[in-house]
Amino acid sequence: MNKFTFRGGIHVNGYKEVTNSLETLPANIPDKVYIPLSQHIGSPCSALVKVGDEVKKGQKIGEGKGFVTAPIHASVSGKVSAIETKAHPGGGYVPCIVIENDRKEEWAETVKPCPNPDSLTPEEIRKIVLEAGIVGMGGATFPTHVKYSPNPEKKVEFVLLNGAECEPYLTADHRIMLEKAERIVKGLHYIMKSVNCPKGIIAVEDNKLDAVEVLQKAAQDEKGIEVIPFKEKYPQGSEKQLIYAATGREVPVGGLPLDVGAIVNNVGTAAAIADAIEKGIPLIERIVTVSGTGVQKPTNYLVRVGTLFKDLIEQSGGYTGEIGKVISGGLMMGKTVFTDDMPVIKGTSGIVVLKKEDVKEETEYTCVRCAKCVDACPAFLEPTTLAKLSKMERWEEAEANNALSCIECGSCAYVCPAKINIVQHIRRAKQMIMSAKKKAKK
Amino acid sequence: MNNESSLLLVSSSPHIRNTDSVPAAMRDVIIALLPALVASLYFFRMASLKVILTCVVVAVICEVVCRKVMKREASIHDNSAIVTGLLLAFCLPPAVPLWIAGIGAAVAIIIGKQLFGGLGNNIYNPALIGRAFLTAAWPVYMTTWSAPLDGVTTATPLGIIKEAGKLQALGDAGAAQELMKQLPALGDMLIGNIGGSLGETSALALIIGGLYLLYRGHIDWRIPFTYIGTVFILTTIIGLSTGQGMWYPLFHVLAGGLMIGAFFMATDWVTSPITKKGRIIFGLGCGLLTVLIRTKGGYPEGVCYSILLMNTVTPLIDRYTKSRVFGRVKNHA
Repeated sequence: MNKFTFRGGIHVNGYKEVTNSLETLPANIPDKVYIPLSQHIGSPCSALVKVGDEVKKGQKIGEGKGFVTAPIHASVSGKVSAIETKAHPGGGYVPCIVIENDRKEEWAETVKPCPNPDSLTPEEIRKIVLEAGIVGMGGATFPTHVKYSPNPEKKVEFVLLNGAECEPYLTADHRIMLEKAERIVKGLHYIMKSVNCPKGIIAVEDNKLDAVEVLQKAAQDEKGIEVIPFKEKYPQGSEKQLIYAATGREVPVGGLPLDVGAIVNNVGTAAAIADAIEKGIPLIERIVTVSGTGVQKPTNYLVRVGTLFKDLIEQSGGYTGEIGKVISGGLMMGKTVFTDDMPVIKGTSGIVVLKKEDVKEETEYTCVRCAKCVDACPAFLEPTTLAKLSKMERWEEAEANNALSCIECGSCAYVCPAKINIVQHIRRAKQMIMSAKKKAKK
Repeated sequence: MNNESSLLLVSSSPHIRNTDSVPAAMRDVIIALLPALVASLYFFRMASLKVILTCVVVAVICEVVCRKVMKREASIHDNSAIVTGLLLAFCLPPAVPLWIAGIGAAVAIIIGKQLFGGLGNNIYNPALIGRAFLTAAWPVYMTTWSAPLDGVTTATPLGIIKEAGKLQALGDAGAAQELMKQLPALGDMLIGNIGGSLGETSALALIIGGLYLLYRGHIDWRIPFTYIGTVFILTTIIGLSTGQGMWYPLFHVLAGGLMIGAFFMATDWVTSPITKKGRIIFGLGCGLLTVLIRTKGGYPEGVCYSILLMNTVTPLIDRYTKSRVFGRVKNHA
């Protein structure tokens, strides 16, 4: 096994230098925040407040049913002025609680420091993580407390913190590692405690050695925590590739990290957990990188959840000219948004704007079977075969060729000389296979 | 600036592509063929220029006309027709009549490629289809060789060795030995100062081009390495067991179309396997068939047919060499 890397993947220009040395700037706190009722994977929240209610900063204002869900909190104090649908970075429209900011910045009573965080039981830690509405902040937005639920059959052997940040342009994790290293290490400490695991690894791509140094310093007095530079390669930040690079174990097809004894969290999530446990602060703000060729002044912002994309872009000096695309997330896996009039959510790691001339309309050639996609696929699939089957709508064959194992990292499409939109084709196949499965169940 | 009424462009990720493209890759193949082109022009002079120009021009014209007739979008800008024309010319004898070269180019493009649906859909290497057709249709023209520089009629090294083998089998050992004396020195075979097809005599020029393609990441080392390696190992065994020594494998590696076949034809993206394991099998198969045809077959050279035969089984190889999917392992305890 080649240490601290994985097979497949690509080398891609990171454009990190645009913002990686810029200290995080607190973004202007807006007059109105729009807090979507769904910011996570799992059941959406129902509002706990109604129009006209006064809310405090950090107050729980929405809660979902079931186990896989995460509550939402007011990111400012003020009055609920409306509950209305608004465009959502995940696509479509989602109901949002609109809070008019009274600028008092008053904290809710529930937000209070814990006098003795080290005496908390694993159960109590999980409860706090749930109540603080913490979800995967790398972009997946999976409710974090779910990962910590004990499974008598599966022992946690490693807690991995993902600080790979392999997406081009994004530097939010890089900045948090430099600026809040102590919080990250503390967060990892609590996670390890909550899952009763003695070993913690903070994985950082080796293009961020300054962060490795700072984290190593912060972790020197912590037992069982190791900070390791991983080889820079996309998609190193992908959960399964990260686990493989760290442990040499492959998460089984259709399985979870826990199946190989691992739990993975984003570094930002760990910092949020530390704040939730020690200070009682729920997840109401995060670092967002605003970058790309299409904004005047690329910046890393500390942003309240519910701040609109367009406000952040305005603070960055506005667009540089005609916009090509606005992307929520990075260039490789980010989603284009159809409007900038949508709020930042818990999983918004970055807003990347590309100028019109940087968005090329490529002609799709016929596949020439160069197999560059096969070599690049970190899931060891044959992307071109899947894309062909998808184009022909042969869904069963696509499934037999493991379409569902595709992690949509985009490495295949990146290297394709025929400029085929491979990810798009495979994504369609996955959707068709999944919906066929759902139908079969009913 | 945008406002509510102007929606932004939405598209699938990834939002960044590398600068690689099919036309650029084909251009790189043309660049990689330049050393061999220069060698060909040096050794075969005007004969070379005329055949190469004929093949390229006919290939390009056929490509354009075919797409028009089939009512498909034009494909001339992908540069692949030029590559096919060049490769075909490179495996024709210098003295071949131009009308035959032209027919070969037309067959390569029309039957070898466009009838299958164009670049990407063809099963066989188009240039080799052209060559195989000409060999079957006009065997005399296709086996009349001229010496480099002066152009007098001569035999190719592989032709000499085949003839000598036949004489030997007939019991005329003296004549066979006399014939073997005509074989060129290995050094001449390396630089290309021998009789043979236009672009395949200079092993050195082809190796330089092949290394360029490897460096640019357009071909996988597995195919040329296993192909040439297999030929080398098998002929070493034959050489040592027949007492001819290490001269024999070196001769076979440098002779005929092996270099151009291994670096430029067996590595053809469209017609070779897409799996790594598959490429090794493909290279092994090409090597085995080449040696088999050269030593046991009726033809002196076997590169063309061995690659075409392996093209045939490429889909099969791909099917049986699929990679295991990430995460489908026997897990640790």
